[in-house]
Amino acid sequence: MTATEESTGHFGPYGGRFVPEALMAALDELEAAFDAATADPLFAHELSELERDYTGRPSPLTRARRFEEHCGGARVYLKREDLNHTGSHKINNVLGQALLTKRMGKSRIIAETGAGQHGVASATAAALMGLECVVYMGLEDTKRQALNVARMELLGATVVPVETGSQTLKDAINEAMRDWVTNVNHTHYLLGTVTGPSPFPRMVRHFHSVIGTESRKQILEVEGRLPDAVVACVGGGSNAMGLFSGFMDDPQVRLVGYEAGGEGVETGKHAARFAVGAPGVLHGARTYVMQDEWGQTVPSHSISAGLDYPGVGPEHAWLHDTGRATYEPVTDAQAMEAFSLMSRTEGIIPAIETAHALAGAMRLGRELGPDSVIVVNLSGRGDKDVVTAAQWFGMDIG
Amino acid sequence: MNPRTAAVFETARHEGRAALIGYLPAGFPTVDASIELIQTMFAGGVDLVEVGLPYSDPLMDGPAIQQAVETALAAGVTTTDVMRVVSEVAPAENQAVVVMSYWNPIERYGQSRFANDLHAAGGSGVITPDLIPEESGEWIEATNAAGIDRTFLVAPSSTDARIDRVASACTGFVYAASTMGVTGARDQVSSAAPELVARVRPFTDAPIGVGLGVSSARQAADIAGYANAVIVGSAFVRRILDSPDIDSAKAAVRDFAAELAAGVRAGGSLR
Ligand SMILES: Cc1ncc(COP(=O)(O)O)c(C=O)c1O
Repeated sequence: MTATEESTGHFGPYGGRFVPEALMAALDELEAAFDAATADPLFAHELSELERDYTGRPSPLTRARRFEEHCGGARVYLKREDLNHTGSHKINNVLGQALLTKRMGKSRIIAETGAGQHGVASATAAALMGLECVVYMGLEDTKRQALNVARMELLGATVVPVETGSQTLKDAINEAMRDWVTNVNHTHYLLGTVTGPSPFPRMVRHFHSVIGTESRKQILEVEGRLPDAVVACVGGGSNAMGLFSGFMDDPQVRLVGYEAGGEGVETGKHAARFAVGAPGVLHGARTYVMQDEWGQTVPSHSISAGLDYPGVGPEHAWLHDTGRATYEPVTDAQAMEAFSLMSRTEGIIPAIETAHALAGAMRLGRELGPDSVIVVNLSGRGDKDVVTAAQWFGMDIG
Repeated sequence: MNPRTAAVFETARHEGRAALIGYLPAGFPTVDASIELIQTMFAGGVDLVEVGLPYSDPLMDGPAIQQAVETALAAGVTTTDVMRVVSEVAPAENQAVVVMSYWNPIERYGQSRFANDLHAAGGSGVITPDLIPEESGEWIEATNAAGIDRTFLVAPSSTDARIDRVASACTGFVYAASTMGVTGARDQVSSAAPELVARVRPFTDAPIGVGLGVSSARQAADIAGYANAVIVGSAFVRRILDSPDIDSAKAAVRDFAAELAAGVRAGGSLR
């Protein structure tokens, strides 16, 4: 129902492949390997063993009783992707693609990273499976996420700071694409979210669908009914797609994504693609893009590096247009308020990306009212964000 | 094929040589200077110029072209400026101008509007390095209606089936990417290029140009031995980046164009 022409890599008018011809053979190879792997019970077995024994799945669904008091009486459940090994949902996709890399006989992975979570997860999987790993990261992001840079290097990966353009995630993706087109023979581009040319959006969604599958089962167990809404933050949109996919065919369940409102949509300093973006092409897919009247990409802004991206996964564009999912901006200030609340009411320091979803749940809970049930994807933990948060709250950490 | 493009290849064939194609981004270092530099390329012996439309995310380009387009964008160059550059370079009878653009600026401008405005400006075609024929339904109609050529790329990694598909969708020349990689001058053009051109031939009667990495007259002569056109981009841009002022940039561009023009005349030609 969501993907009208999924076999051609399109979601309605979105998605597709807008890439140099040189990459077409690699995309075809990847697509064939992915389709063969998903049809192979051995692959599913290998992946689910890794998820259980290495990642620590299933992740718990935690009722947030004290946080709920700020959510208009709604019952709020947290899907605890922060408890995964490496501290976020990103590992789900990375393990799947790393296994595929080995199946394709490739020895090197490259990745882009914004917050550093996907880079850390990629470096981790590379270490586990004996693959060479190079991570591209905007210079600006290497500064705001210095801890994750060190983690990647400790894991044996090479981190390349990208100094072109706006020196953030979008430029890191450009640089990763350049590497890929040059080294595609032995290199797999381990893209970290549901963006990019087909088959990446549907493949990455597939590897994260475990989030939605588990959540649906868990909420039915504790509540005996489906939730009224499932919500997530949306950078590229992978943690959201993973959660949404479990409830796609339950029309009574609202799907809500929260994107970075930055300093406020009216200031222009944000990453609210659905608020101001227009359909266009970026990084290999047609989707909503923050762009000027000439089709030049407009730099995004967010306190959270992982949401600081001017494009969004093409399936989200389609869910937006069809109305199956809705998307709203959450500002830096709203996110940081939720960050603080979650830390103090539940003893869980969330990633700042995740805090956008928590702020959204507070807003939505007040709208849905008492006795409504909301599942929030707690996509990652906030250790990496301690310095940013301390600065925001004016703490002195020397 | 657009008559201007056809005239370029007809002349080259008549003279028993490959055509020489040069690339320069519009608005680099300024809009007016880019017009002069393109005219200088023509004066030095370039047959067809690809005017680059500067784009914020040039993921097929290496450092030289990235730097050039960043300069142009920082100065505020727009698609309208690109059209002006095309209309003002006013090539001679056996010369032609095409635009090289990433896809999003064309889609945003409007596909038909882009094709029609380019035709009105005297351009003869468009090269789209990140557009594949499968995504080109509307573009094929727009370019056909406007009478301008479409050039897509083939790469060493392309299967025969893809080469067939891409070559059939081209109406101007076919662009053969010599290597797997981004733009940028290289000491050697890979051995993949002659093999790729040989693989493309059976699928098309259109002329085939080889580009990516070409940086010397010697390489131009080699390529002229098996292809219909030699395409040089970054090596021109590099000379301009390395020049202290516009006059020395023009001199460097003129000299280099003349060297390359001698190169394509030294090589053998297939047709
Ligand atoms: C914890 C966390 N949540 C969310 C995101 C946003 O990515 P996506 O929208 O693909 O889930 C990131 C990205 O770095 C992240 O680290």
